[in-house]
This record gives sequence, structure tokens and C-alpha cells, in this order.
Amino acid sequence: MRRLKKIVCLTLLCCCIVVIHAQETFPVNGVADPRHGYYAFTDATIVKDAGTTLKNATLVIKDGRIVTVGTNISVPKGAVEINCSGKYIYPSFIDLYADYGTEVPEIAGGFRFGQPAQLESNSKGATGWNQAIKSEADAYKVFVADEKKAKPLRDAGFGTVLSHVRDGIARGTGTLVTLAEAKENLVILKDRASAHYSFNKGSSTQSYPSSLMGSIALLRQTFLDAQWYKNKPAKEGYNMSLEAWNKNLSLPQIFDASDKWNSLRADRIGDEFGVQYIIKAGANEYQRIKEMAGTKATFILPLNYPQAQDVEDPNDARFVSLGDLKHWEMAATIAGAFDKAGIPFCLTTADLKEVKTFWSNLRQAFTYGLSEDAALTALTKTPATILGVYDQVGSIETGKWANFLITSGPVFEEKSTLLQNWIQGKKYNIKEDGWQDPRGTYKLVLNTPGSPSNYTLDLQSNNAANVIGKDTVTSKFYFDGRQVRINFAPEREGEEIYRLSGINTNNTWTGVGEDTLGNTFTWTAVYEQAKKDTAQISGKKDNGTIGKVIYPFIPFGWEEGEAPKQETILIRNATIWTNEQDGVIENGDVLIKNGKLAGVGKNLSDASARIIDGTGKHVTAGIIDEHSHIAAASINEGGQSVTSEVRIADNLNPDDINIYRQLSGGVTTSHILHGSANVIGGQTQLIKLRWGGNDEDLKFKNWTGQIKFALGENVKRSSSSQGNNRYPDSRMGVNQVLIDAFTRAKQYEKEWKFFEANKSKKGILAPRRDLELDALVEILNDKRYITCHSYVQSEINAAMDVANKMGYKVNTFTHILEGYKVADKMKAHGANVSTFSDWWAYKMEVQDAIPYNAAIMHNVGLNVAINSDDAEMARRLNQEAAKIVKYGGVSEIEALKMVTLNPAKMLHVDDRVGSLKAGKDADVVVWSDHPLSIYAKSLYTIVDGAVYFDRDKDAEMQKIVDAERIRIIKKMNSQKRSGAPVQPAQPSYQVMHSCSDHAHNHGLLVVDAEEGY
Amino acid sequence: MKKIISAFTALFSVLLVMAQANVYPAGPQINTTVITNATVHIGNGQVLDHASVEFKNGKITRVGAGIIPDQGANIIDATGKHVYPGLILSNTNLGLVEINSVRATIDYREIGDYNPNVRSLIAYDTDSKVINTLRSSGILLANIVPQGGILSGSSSVVQLDAWNWEDAAYKTDGGIHLNMPLMMNRPSRGFGGGGGPQQPPRDPVKEGLEEVSGMKSFLMEAKAYTENPSKEETNLKFEAVKGLFNKSQKLYVHANTVRQMLVALEFVKEFNVDMVIVGGSESWQITDLLKQNNVSVILSSPHSLPTSADDDVDQPYKTAAQLQKAGVLFVINDNDGQTRGRNLAYVAGTAAAYGLTKEEALQAITLNAAKVMGIDDKTGSLEVGKDANIIISEGDILDMRTSNITNAFIQGRDINLDDKQKQLNERYKKKYNQKPF
Repeated sequence: MRRLKKIVCLTLLCCCIVVIHAQETFPVNGVADPRHGYYAFTDATIVKDAGTTLKNATLVIKDGRIVTVGTNISVPKGAVEINCSGKYIYPSFIDLYADYGTEVPEIAGGFRFGQPAQLESNSKGATGWNQAIKSEADAYKVFVADEKKAKPLRDAGFGTVLSHVRDGIARGTGTLVTLAEAKENLVILKDRASAHYSFNKGSSTQSYPSSLMGSIALLRQTFLDAQWYKNKPAKEGYNMSLEAWNKNLSLPQIFDASDKWNSLRADRIGDEFGVQYIIKAGANEYQRIKEMAGTKATFILPLNYPQAQDVEDPNDARFVSLGDLKHWEMAATIAGAFDKAGIPFCLTTADLKEVKTFWSNLRQAFTYGLSEDAALTALTKTPATILGVYDQVGSIETGKWANFLITSGPVFEEKSTLLQNWIQGKKYNIKEDGWQDPRGTYKLVLNTPGSPSNYTLDLQSNNAANVIGKDTVTSKFYFDGRQVRINFAPEREGEEIYRLSGINTNNTWTGVGEDTLGNTFTWTAVYEQAKKDTAQISGKKDNGTIGKVIYPFIPFGWEEGEAPKQETILIRNATIWTNEQDGVIENGDVLIKNGKLAGVGKNLSDASARIIDGTGKHVTAGIIDEHSHIAAASINEGGQSVTSEVRIADNLNPDDINIYRQLSGGVTTSHILHGSANVIGGQTQLIKLRWGGNDEDLKFKNWTGQIKFALGENVKRSSSSQGNNRYPDSRMGVNQVLIDAFTRAKQYEKEWKFFEANKSKKGILAPRRDLELDALVEILNDKRYITCHSYVQSEINAAMDVANKMGYKVNTFTHILEGYKVADKMKAHGANVSTFSDWWAYKMEVQDAIPYNAAIMHNVGLNVAINSDDAEMARRLNQEAAKIVKYGGVSEIEALKMVTLNPAKMLHVDDRVGSLKAGKDADVVVWSDHPLSIYAKSLYTIVDGAVYFDRDKDAEMQKIVDAERIRIIKKMNSQKRSGAPVQPAQPSYQVMHSCSDHAHNHGLLVVDAEEGY
Repeated sequence: MKKIISAFTALFSVLLVMAQANVYPAGPQINTTVITNATVHIGNGQVLDHASVEFKNGKITRVGAGIIPDQGANIIDATGKHVYPGLILSNTNLGLVEINSVRATIDYREIGDYNPNVRSLIAYDTDSKVINTLRSSGILLANIVPQGGILSGSSSVVQLDAWNWEDAAYKTDGGIHLNMPLMMNRPSRGFGGGGGPQQPPRDPVKEGLEEVSGMKSFLMEAKAYTENPSKEETNLKFEAVKGLFNKSQKLYVHANTVRQMLVALEFVKEFNVDMVIVGGSESWQITDLLKQNNVSVILSSPHSLPTSADDDVDQPYKTAAQLQKAGVLFVINDNDGQTRGRNLAYVAGTAAAYGLTKEEALQAITLNAAKVMGIDDKTGSLEVGKDANIIISEGDILDMRTSNITNAFIQGRDINLDDKQKQLNERYKKKYNQKPF
């Protein structure tokens, strides 16, 4: 049975491929039927490419290719002429990201914090170590032509697509194929046409990487490994993945970023290794168009616009945030924005639920500024050029594949119809009955017995026509382009009814009819004149007003040009907490200029300054949070116990509302730490809360990097519900992980030193660069500082013991709730400490935590900071510092330093921030009240001399946010009422990253990042 | 003298035993005590300067200026200090969980959806190390609340100085706790956009309402059961909620969204119960409805982030003032899992910074809480006849900058304010030869 099926299939295929050359090697079951598909399309308007249009031109094709194109060409003998008068011919479109020809494996989901880890790859064969690096995959080997998917693409005008297996971080190569209905052998135009990458590990079940920054680190390391592998290091053996990685580098490199920030992240990885990625975009890139232009990449743009949400019920609307509402309104501007910015791009049907929505979305893009020429180029020349196949497809030129569209008018005009899509010289009808518009009037002659009777037939549409004789009567009418049936009573009052049936041949219908008495007769209808288009749609559709892009694209973002700028500001007559020798200055002034503190003292003046009256107010340095997890796309790379190669800096997220909220609490600098999932975590990033900036803008410049270490319960995965299989499982093992890591790092350093000294000698090969060990070597050389999550005294002691033996220092112990037990030892080690004021009893290892901890450590002489580790509490860090006065009697001045100067010291930036002193950065907070009081609010939070939070301005912005919400919700509701499809309201959930250390409740719309994986 | 004694006791305790095993519950009040020269915050909005509070046999007997103490009365000179009613933590798992991450120490949730018959009181561990840290922060009473399922069980109010739960009981089984379904789409997500097979589309509102109709059936049957004098058999679950129908018990509905609260209001109408909304983060949007239906609100954790990015950045801090303005009876609570409720006064202080007066903020953690729990006849304010649940602070208790509890009395008993944390502090100050302060 199965065999029979196959035979049937084959037979079907044989029928299909008649036009395309039969494959010589394939036996024929029957009689050979050689054909050449020799056609001449005459009298057409031929748009060869976006810049070249020929009128009254002829196109000749043969054997699937274009033979000639031009004017004054006579139809060659042996060619079939197709008169294309009034028709337009365009090159068929090319989609570099169509969902075609390969299967997308199921996404695995990867590492979960509470579940067993899979530490090794499950891939079979001589592959590399990571299951998500599938460079060896070649799409052409698994490509299967799929008529079900080909048809909608062809109907949308596409003739050629790039197909790859969308799975993994390195996805191997893509293959360029046509959408012809033919055997795979004949549709593959280029076997290895492109190489593909993403940040998404896809079906890989291996734990690593479990985070975005882990994916980035893996890409970076694989680049290095592949370079190193070129010398065939004996130790590595044969590594199919690296072999292929290197081979693939010569192909066009396509990166599936699918998000504006990921686009930048991908581009930067490329820049590091001299690769310019072609970036597959998502839907939000218009929100950062300048940054997109800065990548110098060519983009593949989907036209994926969110459907309107059903927000009629205010209880549903309540949870849809302005960012999502605005995106709904503005998503269709994406192509126009790229066009306007001069960024090269292709268009793709990717990400659409249904391919057929491509055209309606494209038309929307036109109304939002996309030019038709740009669209045509994006659908033809640009993709072909990117892949280096413009000599084969992408325009109508002699020698290229005969892939072209025949349309009833200019292709992008609303009333034009795609009639036929020819691919590799074979015709595919899109709208068969559309070749000629049948609408109009016909002279209808019935050769009834006696004398012929004449009528006029007025054809409105394929199932509506009037017959005009003595009376004008409505007929029962059916026309499918070929067959026609008419059933009418010629006179309103009469009993006579005619039933006609006929066939259309070039707009002349002939057939037979029957009257009521059963008399039969012949009839004809001859086309007289076309239907007049009455209501011409003039001009472009009016989209009404739409909002503007704001930076960031969430509430309280700034409009273009409205971001805070550095000002000259004089704060007068306030209580100034200097954190310097001057202590607290009553009735003092602070002068800010060019982003720096220009003066701190009394009776300052500057004629050009904006004056802030500080009477009754307090001024402090900006709050610095030593331990924060805001503003990052991922925080925890828990896939392995040592992940010093991952970098928070790789995945900063400027779109976090908590940046703004924390500014409202006086925070100006935050140290964004990796989580505590593993012993040696990732590299941290210090940021300034420059709300509205991009990820680079956020970074604290010229800063010596730090790295997160962690000890105790989290790293031994005590919370794992199904047991832990990842080493270590005890504090004993934690200790060994540290010893082992640094032992390896030292050996590694030695190997490199040897290489550097001997590299001129023959046969000396460079050791493999290991980014994990690089970071540890930096630690050993004081080029990177450690901040170590730690709780109980035994592990603190052990951490210092390893450090002393290995020759490095723990810069900061963070959390350190039992620090008071070993304060003297930490002092001797030279560590700083950063802790919570009064947390305890949320996990076993904090049962001895006491709120006097900070005071004891301070009194022992340690540099103590109070940190948040929590997006909410960070807004009240000044009050957390106040608790150290309460618990332990530290002075108010010293307590305030615990959230300003002291963290600045442990972050090694106290030369620039942390106190109020001329020459330092103007990171300043003006408080309504004593800064350690529960009643204190930040009135102004100033970063680099720019007012990023202003309590009065905040109230104004709130009104704008509310008004914008109302406006867009109204618009959505009116769309729903006018019948547009809507989806159920989607609450705008915010992903909150944390240490995975303690449980916080941040509200209804916050999901813990760990919940998802 | 007193300082020296307490320092000595502390030191002694460290030498003997750790972990507050030496902190004994106080015996009954014997002598009349008068706190003099204090700023007295009654708890109902009133403040008396240079006033005294007298209590005998565990009850407040006189409050005001110009009180002449009886002979032999124990006098506490509180010059410059502030006197408050003991604070009430109105929604807590105190004594039901010692360490959140250690399952063996967790006793707040039972298997199944309908557990109105389980009683938090009998699992309340008076020896929890957390309790004494709360007393140090002025919290003298707490409503111990079971969690989970649809009906979680009954809560009881305990006083925080007791040998065992029977001694601790202050109001037994006063509340039945109901969890309103969320009725909101939850995201299905995972790193890299995946996360297993696609779930079929759900309608959480419909599902939630079905659950609600189950809740209503339960209450209808329980009510019929209660009103039936000749029962054939005993239903423990129905027995447990009898008090709802004569209002001797309150129905605490844990709900945050407007939709949840609107559904909850139906219960008031259908079953004529006394209802308290617990959570209430969105209650500011329907203050008038809450007022009209006489529903009170416990704001579980005002130290929260705003619900939506679109919200006023300080919305959770301002919600209390909005309820106050509308005349809704509300309570401020602190359910922070990392500090275990000790910052109750400062949570109220934040509300004072964002619109409440200080006395209103105080009332939200004293008298209002007593009213909601139905214990305002015996506590919640410093009024004659009520239990002498009193704290003395060196300054404004709402501000951590000034708050420092020096004395506390529960039912007139002078409470030992030592706790495990203070003991560890003493122990290590000794290690480093740091002077006591």
C-alpha cells in the first residue's frame, strides 16, 4: 500500500514538472515528453527592476529562463505568444525568512532552576560540546518541497525563498529554493546559500546556556574556538561543529535577532569578530531607528503587527500598558522608518500567522511612509544581492530565471490584482479569472425562434448582472471566468423566462438557451465596454493621528529631543550632606556645571544657572546601589557552576520602568549583578540611570569590571525540587570549585605566558583562548574585582582562605548577613561588605542574620554598604540606611555614606561619585526632608548634571501617559466596533529578574524571570 | 540603673543560653503602672501632650493630663517619649513558618481547596524566633492567617507574649479566608520565546467565575445547614463557617484586582457577611463601592511596585490616603517575607509621607486593625477600659530615624524586649570588645 502511494506521488510529480527540464538521470515511466516552455509575453509594461520600466515590451522565456526582454522584439518562431496588453510584469519576490521547506523542532525550554541539569550535549556524532551549536546542519540536506506552504507564498507574489532549520544558536546553512511545484532537485538554486544564527537555543535540552547573556557568551567562545580549531589541535580531535562553523563563515551571515536590542547585541558580536550580520528583525526596531542605522546592517523586516486588543472592558484595559498600546498603533511604521532612515532592508512573510496578511500589512506600511520603489527593491534586488544571486533572480534580465509576476496594474496599487506567478518558466495562476476584467456591458443576442432578440447585459460582478431590454431586470447570474449561466425574465410582467448556458472565449460568450416552452436556441454576448469605476479611491488612506516614538518606548519615556540635558544648576540655601570633610553644611549651595559639581559650599553664584530653592530641603550625593538586578534582559546563567565568561553588559535592557522608578527614589548608579545560581557567576555591569538612553548610554564609563561569585544554598541548588546533579552539592564542593577554577586559571596563564615568550619559534601554537579563564586571570591580576554573595561564617572564611592561597582578593562580600561573626577576618583580608539592613529568616542560611550586622562591621572598621537586591526597596535605600542608625547607633552621616560613598568605594568609583565635592560627577538628589527620614522624597534626581527625575514634571508626564492611554484605547475600541478582528486583552507583564535568592511580591503584573525557565 | 541591669541580663543570657530561651513570658500585672509626661497617641486620631496613661490589672484605667498616680504605683517617666497602642499585624503567617525555604518549618497550607475547618491558631508556635523581633518593633498582636486553596481556614488573633497558643489566643477563629481566583490571563513564556507545547487558549475570567460559583454553592449549603435545627449529620466544613452568617466571623477575601473585588462584593449582597478585602492593591479605583458596601480593606504590602508601568510611580504608597479620603475602613499591613513584618510602622510611615496624617497612619495599624478584626472593644486604642496593650517609643514610631521601642505591655504585663538578634548582637560586640550603646 505504502509503495503504491509512492508510485502515485511520483506520477503526480511527473505531471507537474513537464515544463521544467526533466532530470536526465531519472527514468521515465512512459513516453518522453520534452518541452521547453517557450513563451513570449507581448505588449506588456515590464518593470525589470525598481528603476527600469519598459512599455509595450516583450519578454521571451525558454527552459525556465529569460531569453530576451525589451521593446521591438518579434515573437520567435516556436514560442507561444501571450498578449499582455494592459498587464504589468514584475520580477517575482524573494523572501529570505519564509517558513518553508524545513521543520521547526519543538522548543525544549532548557534549564530550570529547581530541576536537574543536563550538563552535556545530547547530540549524536562528532559534534561540539554544546547542543545549541548546530553549524553542521545543512538545510539543503533536509529540504522538502511543500506545496501546501508554497502556494500561499506564490499567491503573495514570491518566487524564491531562503530556507533554513530554525533551531539553535548556530543553525547551520540555509538553501535558496524556488517555490515551483517540482522535485527538490530542480528547485534548489543554491545549496549552501547562507549561514544562520540566533540567541535562542531552540530544541537543545542542555542546561547551558540558560540566559541571553549565556547565548552571547557561547557565540563569542565558539568564534574563538573555531579560530583555534583551524590549526587542528590534536587534543580536540575532529569537531564537526567547529569545522562547519569555519566553513560557513564565507557565506552571508544571517542573525535572527527579532528585537531591537537583540539586533544591537547581534551586531556587536559580529563587530568583535569582523562579521557583518544581516539582521532578521522583530517588530519593534522602529523604536530605536538611529541605533538600527548604526549597525550598518541590512535588515530582514517582517510586517508583523499586533492585532487590536479587546479593551472595551476597563478591567481588561487596566492591565494593558501604554507601551503595548503604542506599539499596536505604531507597528506598521516599521518599514517606512527604515526606508526614511536609509537603512537597507528586505521584507519577509516571517512571523505572520498567515502569509496572506502580508499584502494588507504591506499596504498599511505604504500609508505610513514606505515608498513603493523601496518595497519593490526590498522584495527583489536587495535579498538577491545579499545572497549574491542577483545574476539569477531579483530582476527581469536575460539569462536569469524566469521568475516573474503578471499583474493587472502597477503591483502595489490597491485595485491591482496579481494574476499569475511564473516560477522557473512555469505558470501558477493566482487569479485565473482576473486576466480580463469581465465587468462591463455586453451585447446579448438570443437567436430565439422567429427573430433574434437583442439585449444589453450589464455585468456587475461574477454573480450579478442586469439584462436591459424593454425593462431592466436582474438576472440570476453565474460566471467563473470560463462558464457562464444566465437566467432571466425579459419582461417584468411577462411569464417568459430564459435559461442560458455558455462558454467564454476572449470575452465573447456563446452558448445555448431554453425558453419556458422548451424551445432551444443559441445565443452570443459580445463585450462592448468596461465598467466605469465610479468612486475612485483618491490618495492615501488617512490614518488619523498617531503618537510619537518615545525613549524608552514605555510610559514616562521622552519624546525625541526632550531627554534631559546637562544644565547649569545652582541649588541654594539647602542642608548639604557632603560626605566629605565639611560634613553637613547648613544653608549651603551646590553649583552644577557641564555635568560636574562646580562648587559645594556657601554663597555660590552663577548668573547663567537655573536656581533651585533649597530652603528647608536636603541635598545629598546620588544613591548608589551595590546590588541590583534591574535593566537587564537576563541575570542568571545557571547552566554551569563556573560561568565567568558571561557578561551582564551584553544584555542591558534600557526599557525597564524600574530605572525611572528608582530615579524617583534618588538612585543614580546601580551595580547590576549576575544572579547567585552558581559559584562563579558572570561579569557585572555598573550603570548610571540615564533614563531614555540606549544600552551603551547606561554604562558607567571607565570602570574596572567586577564579577559575581556566590556561595551556599543557592549554588548547591538546595531549592531543587528533584534533587541536584550539578556539582557542587555541599559547601565542601563549593570550596573545591573555587580551588579548581583558579588552579586551571593559573595553568592557563602560564601557558599563555610561555606562548607569548616563544611564539616566534617554529611549531609553537597559541593555546585556546578561554573566556571563562580569561576573567579569572583578570581577577588574579587585580583587573577584575569580586563581589561575592555569601551568608554564613564558615563559607565566608573558606572563601577568604581560597583567595589567600590562590593569591587574589575578595573585593566585596555581598549579602554577608553573618558578616558580623567574621568582621575582623574580613577586615584583615581587606574586603568591603554590602548587606541588607534588617532581612532575615527567609532561608536557612540567614537564620542568624541580625539588623545590627552593618553597625558591628562598621565599628570593626569595614567599609559597609547597604544594598537593595530588590527593585522596590531600591527606591527607599536612604531609609534602609537610616535603620543602621536605629540598629547599632551608627551616626547619621556614616549611615548615609552606606548608600552613597561607601558603595562608590567598593566599586572603585569614589573618585567620581558618592560625595559632593567640586570636580566630581554631578549626581545629586534634592530631598524634601531629612534624607534618612521616612518622610523624605526626592524632588530632583540629577545624573551628570541633567535632571532625570523632577517630581513636578513627573506629575505632568503622568497626565500625558493617562491621556495617551485614553486616546489609544478609544481608537482600539472604535476599531472593534467597526468590525476589525480583536484578540483578548493581553496584560502587559513585566519580567522581573532577581538573584533567585528570596521571594518578593512585586505586584500583579510582575513575573519572576525564573518562573519561565 | 535600668540600662545596666538590662545590659547585664543580656550578657548573662548570652553566657547561659542562646536563642532567647531565657526570654520568659511576663506574669500578670500586679502593680498599677502609670506612664507619665508622655506624648500620648490614643490611636483614634487624638494626641495628648504631657499626658499620662494608667493601667491596673491589665486594663487601662486613666488617660490624660494631670493624673496623679496612686501611691505605690509603678511610675515610668516618659518625658520626651511617645506612647502608642500596641501595633497590630493584621495578615501574617507568623508562628506558622519559621524558615520559608525549609518545607519542614511551613505550616500554613493544607491539601485541598476547601479547608475552612483548619485552624491557624493550633499550629501557632509561640517559640518562633521571629515573634520577639516583632515585639521589638512595637507589634503586640497579630492575626495568624492560613493560606492556599479556595477556603484556607480560620485565622485567629494572638498576643505576642505567651507560653503556648492557648495562652496566646486573643480572638479565636475570628476570620475565614477565601482566595478569589485571579481571573486574568497569565503569560506563558520562557527563555528564547519557547517553553513547551502551545497551550490551548483559555478564558480565565470564565474559569474563575466557575470557581466562584462553587464558592457560592458552598456558602449557600453552609447557610442552609446552619439554619437547619435538625441536622442528620455533622459537616465539619459547614460548622467551621457558621459564624459568617451571624457576623461573629469575618469573611476575609484575598483579592487585588477590581474584577476580583467586584465579584467579592456580590458575596456581601448574597450572604450578608462582614467582608474584609485582603491585598487590595487596586482598591483605590473603587473606593466608593467599597464604602457603600461597608467593606474594609487590609493593604497587604504597600511597600510594593506599582501594578502597571503606566501608574504613578508612588501609587502603592498613595493608596492608603485615597481610601482614607473616601471614608473606607482600611488597615496597613506588612507581609514582606524578608523582614517578616517588623517594618509595619514604617510602611504606615510611608503612607503618612504620601497623604495620610501621622495619626491616620497610626490608626491604620492600631484601631482600624482592631475594628476589622472585631477586637476594638478591648484593644486598638489607649482608651479607658481596654486592655493595656501599650508601647513606648523614644520618638515618632512611624519613622525609623526616631522609632525605638523602650517598653511594651501586653494586657498590662511588662514584656521582655530581648530577642535572638539582640542577643547575637551582644555576643559579637563582646567578641570585638565593642561598648554597649
